[in-house]
Amino acid sequence: MTLVILTTDALLFLLVIGIISFGIYAARREHLRAPWRHVVRSSIAVAALIICSSYLIIGLLDSIHLRTSPTATQVVSVFDLWCDSLRTRDEKTYSAPFATHALAKETVMQADGTVMRVYPRLQYGGAHLIDPVHDRNSDILRTALLGMIQGLFAWTLVVLAVIQLFAWHSRQPFNTALTAVWRGDTDIPWRTAFITCAALFIVGFISAELSQHYHILGTDKVGGDVFYQSLKGIRTGLVIGTLTTLVMLPAAIVLGIMAGYFRGWVDDVIQYLYTTLSSIPGVLLIAAAILMLQTYMTNHAEDFNSLVERADLRLLFLCLILGITSWTGLCRLLRGETLKLRQADYVQAALSLGVRHSTILSRHILPNVLPLVMITLVLDFSGLVLAEAVLSYVNIGVDPTMHSWGNMINSARLELAREPIVWWSLTAAFLFMFILVLAANLFADVVRDAFDPRMSNRR
Amino acid sequence: MTAYLIRRIWQALPILIGVNVLTFMLFFVLNSPDDMARMQLGDKRVTQTAIDNWKAEHGYHLPLLYNASASGIETVTDTIFFQKSAKLFVFDFGLSDSGRDIGYDISQRLWPSFAIAAPSLVIGLMVNISLALLIVLFRATVIDLMSVAVLVVLLSISGLFYIIAGQFVMGKLLHLVPISGYDTGLNAIKFLVLPILIGVVAGIGSGVRLYRTFFLEEIERDYVRTARAKGVHEWVVLFRHVFRNALIPILTGVVAILPLLFMGALLTESFFGIPGLGSYTLDAINRQDFAIVRSMVFLGAVLYIVGLILTDISYTIADPRIRLANS
Repeated sequence: MTLVILTTDALLFLLVIGIISFGIYAARREHLRAPWRHVVRSSIAVAALIICSSYLIIGLLDSIHLRTSPTATQVVSVFDLWCDSLRTRDEKTYSAPFATHALAKETVMQADGTVMRVYPRLQYGGAHLIDPVHDRNSDILRTALLGMIQGLFAWTLVVLAVIQLFAWHSRQPFNTALTAVWRGDTDIPWRTAFITCAALFIVGFISAELSQHYHILGTDKVGGDVFYQSLKGIRTGLVIGTLTTLVMLPAAIVLGIMAGYFRGWVDDVIQYLYTTLSSIPGVLLIAAAILMLQTYMTNHAEDFNSLVERADLRLLFLCLILGITSWTGLCRLLRGETLKLRQADYVQAALSLGVRHSTILSRHILPNVLPLVMITLVLDFSGLVLAEAVLSYVNIGVDPTMHSWGNMINSARLELAREPIVWWSLTAAFLFMFILVLAANLFADVVRDAFDPRMSNRR
Repeated sequence: MTAYLIRRIWQALPILIGVNVLTFMLFFVLNSPDDMARMQLGDKRVTQTAIDNWKAEHGYHLPLLYNASASGIETVTDTIFFQKSAKLFVFDFGLSDSGRDIGYDISQRLWPSFAIAAPSLVIGLMVNISLALLIVLFRATVIDLMSVAVLVVLLSISGLFYIIAGQFVMGKLLHLVPISGYDTGLNAIKFLVLPILIGVVAGIGSGVRLYRTFFLEEIERDYVRTARAKGVHEWVVLFRHVFRNALIPILTGVVAILPLLFMGALLTESFFGIPGLGSYTLDAINRQDFAIVRSMVFLGAVLYIVGLILTDISYTIADPRIRLANS
């Protein structure tokens, strides 16, 4: 078993390391720490953060890729190995959530040689039941209950451990800490955090238990498990939502600050650059770029070792091109902010003392525009996740072989017109996307309010 | 005013040249016309003669920038850059890769796009402003909090969901309107109702939330406090003072996107089978018709710049303190 590092994997982990080291950096600086302290004291932000983290964990697990044997062409992720049963148990075609029989009738040869049109049993969904018609509901209930108990048990362990840590940290007896958390009078809203965790644990364990025996969100046209596909879509959504901002960040920061600081012809050139780019409708620029990439890839097919690598490169390219269409907004913001900062007394003082430009930029300007950068990173995330779905729907998004919510919606676009209707693929994709986007939006709202100087006098 | 307009159009020229050069690079330099031909012909083992034929048919056989075999002015004009890119400046779009006149197609498809986008914008604006005012009326109460929560939920829903769900419920379950299609004249109305409705509903989340902040910003101003101190009724404060002043950022924001209404809505049009520019673009993307995509990129850039100029003008009309000469 060998580790395979795809480009987006590396960048994603680089981003995580970056965020952690930035957290350590910010924790020692009051002007950066104060807004974040405000953020973690909001119960909405904490709940949203926990939900986002659960997505992030799945996404990161899905970003460690392995080659199971040296000769195998297939590359799987740790997440794939973890839910191997979901990945491999494909049915023949459509089946409803929790179904034990296929959705459509099939012609089956009976033992006595007669031919009948019946709904055939699924190969895996509810295969352990002897009499599915009678046993199914009670079996689902029993399994769900088992999952819930497991979830609650795990949750209790986690909660007790956290409260113990909290008690040590604040030098209180365990019982006092427990009461404080129970009543909700802690600085960080631990109670909300625990309730959110409880919901996540219960839902997680129940679906884990149930998906051992059923396709809890049904199967798609080629019999693939929809629940598995939705979970796989998480990584694509996260990569698009975060890496896009990451790849555009250097250009936006450098150019924005330079335009605002040096003014004159530098400003003119940079302004011209971003006005030109932003005047092209974003979708069309993406479409043109992806068309070009496709042309390149068809003509240079031999450059790519595997399908996964090719899909990964396309994903990275999509991030890049989305970044090109979206850096102009941040660049404009940073230019304006730098123009303002340049007039600040301490910058003027540094200039007249003969401090070098590079020192002023890195010492005085850059740290002061960081909050703006952070807000943009958080605010852009949800929009990008939604954009991925639209672009993939229009066929100019991620590679068709890649699991993503946009591709799920794209391939399920005609299923509502079927008889009987197939609603689960669409519903699952929209639901997974909605929860992530909602959590990100709620979190972004709190972050923006915390950094907004106009809000600070209202508190 | 005229002098200002002329100067702005003069300033827009380098941007359009930039867009043009960028698309030229993207379409002809990063990929050679040979690549394009191979892609269009579909087969990896096409012969060089087939490629040359395709290129000659579509005018891609010329050299990129400088035609050494021609004489006089034709060394510059008989090139791909001049024929395919520079001619866009006089809105001569040429023929699409499937041989149709792009200019004619665009002029035909402009109006269906506009027939959807304009009513969606106007109705959406009215709905969003009314709702935002209503929420502001109940500001700092539970109703305000709940409404904001609902708005965040609404704007977290994918636009695709609104379209798919709307089409399913209204068209398939209730059979109120036809699911897709288009007709000429007044008959088109029954095809337009649903896309417009969906456009309005999908915009409520972000629109109302934005306008609410505009209103709230205005409501904290000194003149509003003065009006209240004088004993002016809350309704009068809200409608005469707050509403009229908050309308300025709302309307100037709308002016910027007015020209882009002609570009059409990519998703809505393709879902509802409306022959507008949005579905035209989308079809071109899916058929990999580079000529159309190139034309639409240029058209979009032109309309965007028109929007920028209109915004500047509307600022001076809305707020006489801003002078055109200074901006």
